[in-house]
Amino acid sequence: MEFQSCVKIINEWDIVAARQLGRNVAKELGFGTVDQARITTAISELARNIYLYAGRGSVCIEKEYVNGKSGMKIIASDEGPGIQDIRKVMEDGYTTSGGLGAGLPGVRRLMDEFDIDSFPSKGTKVTAIKWIR
Amino acid sequence: MAYRENMKNKYREALSTYLRDQTEQALYQGQKISKKSIEHNIAPEEIINIHKNILMDVYPGTPGEVLDSLDFLLEVMMGYGFAYREHQSLRHIQQELKTEIEIAANVQSTLLETTIPNVDGLEIGALSVPARQMSGDYYHFVQDEKKHIGVAIADVIGKGIPAALCMSMIKYAMDSLPEHRHNPSSVLESLNRVVEQNVDPSMFITMFYGLYNPENHLFSYSAAGHEPGFYYESATKGFTDLTAKGLLLGVDKKTKYMQYEKKVEPGDMIILLSDGVTECRTSEGFIERETLIEFIQQNIHLHAQDIVNRLFKQLEKMQHFQLRDDFTLLILKRDV
Repeated sequence: MEFQSCVKIINEWDIVAARQLGRNVAKELGFGTVDQARITTAISELARNIYLYAGRGSVCIEKEYVNGKSGMKIIASDEGPGIQDIRKVMEDGYTTSGGLGAGLPGVRRLMDEFDIDSFPSKGTKVTAIKWIR
Repeated sequence: MAYRENMKNKYREALSTYLRDQTEQALYQGQKISKKSIEHNIAPEEIINIHKNILMDVYPGTPGEVLDSLDFLLEVMMGYGFAYREHQSLRHIQQELKTEIEIAANVQSTLLETTIPNVDGLEIGALSVPARQMSGDYYHFVQDEKKHIGVAIADVIGKGIPAALCMSMIKYAMDSLPEHRHNPSSVLESLNRVVEQNVDPSMFITMFYGLYNPENHLFSYSAAGHEPGFYYESATKGFTDLTAKGLLLGVDKKTKYMQYEKKVEPGDMIILLSDGVTECRTSEGFIERETLIEFIQQNIHLHAQDIVNRLFKQLEKMQHFQLRDDFTLLILKRDV
């Protein structure tokens, strides 16, 4: 692993720090303005989920180089209550926070790759990658 | 990608024109671009970025603050982009559900299919139209070995898919009735037991069952809480309610049903309906039973099937083509 940088999410201000980290790395990697905004929004959503539902966790950023492609990986993990029914939270129109359009399906659409693991009472880990076009 | 380049050129053209002369024409171009962009799945945040880049190009003197403000706007629009994509995905799901329900509706209509028997001296008209794709109404004709015509009309309280599922069971139960038990009261008593045992307690079914004997022209019937039909007496040209007392199906398994009898004279008509006919709501409230009678009278010279069709057309129009409940109407008319 060549580069990894993490932000602990404990209070709402940490969401801003995670966004800032994500945006800096995205810029550095050469993502365009729109993709920078998409990556930042995805980080924001994931960090917010941690802050709202798990209480604490972290957002880590890695640079990815695979087969000549370069991209950025976001790893959002927490040791919160976990998600009982992953299929349900991955369904559109289902959000416990009630915010329109928010949530994991939206994050998945903003990114190119998306993976989620969650174990009740153990925590949740979301991994998402965006490749430079 | 080809669309994007083309769109950017059009955007540049329309924006430059607008910045120069503020014409309505340029604004109209802008509207066309937004339509096309939606078709090609271009997200709102992307439009802002395109706008910013083109603005820098055609108006190099744009103050830095204005350009920065567009980056800010882009961030604000992210939420809308988010919601927009969710909307598109939900629309896709809705389309799939619609297709699935259409298939289910086809399965249902095959399942509930009934043939209108051809009987000398008796005209039969029947029409059933669901309010949504699937119907909670049901009608059925059977002709037994003695050539008696059994006619059933049933209505599940409620509509849509739950009602339709429930109705399929009634049809199955009817098909399983023994041949010799086509007496209206015993048909209802059997079905009542089936419904009581198998259906959710919150679901009720109303039903009317009649048996027409083409030899002596006696019509015997029983009803389970069903909307009363009409009887038209040709001799007096008068309409009376075809009332029959009886509890809804599924309330109490010991319910007994009264059986009534009527001698059908030449020109007489038996009109059976579901409450979707009488509860047809117009801007002036529910339609009156008298109004229905008037409509029937206007068309009384027609064949039973044409009366039914005409009546439906009239009621459909009165409701501005929005059915609120499943609609079923049956007419049996003894030839003069």
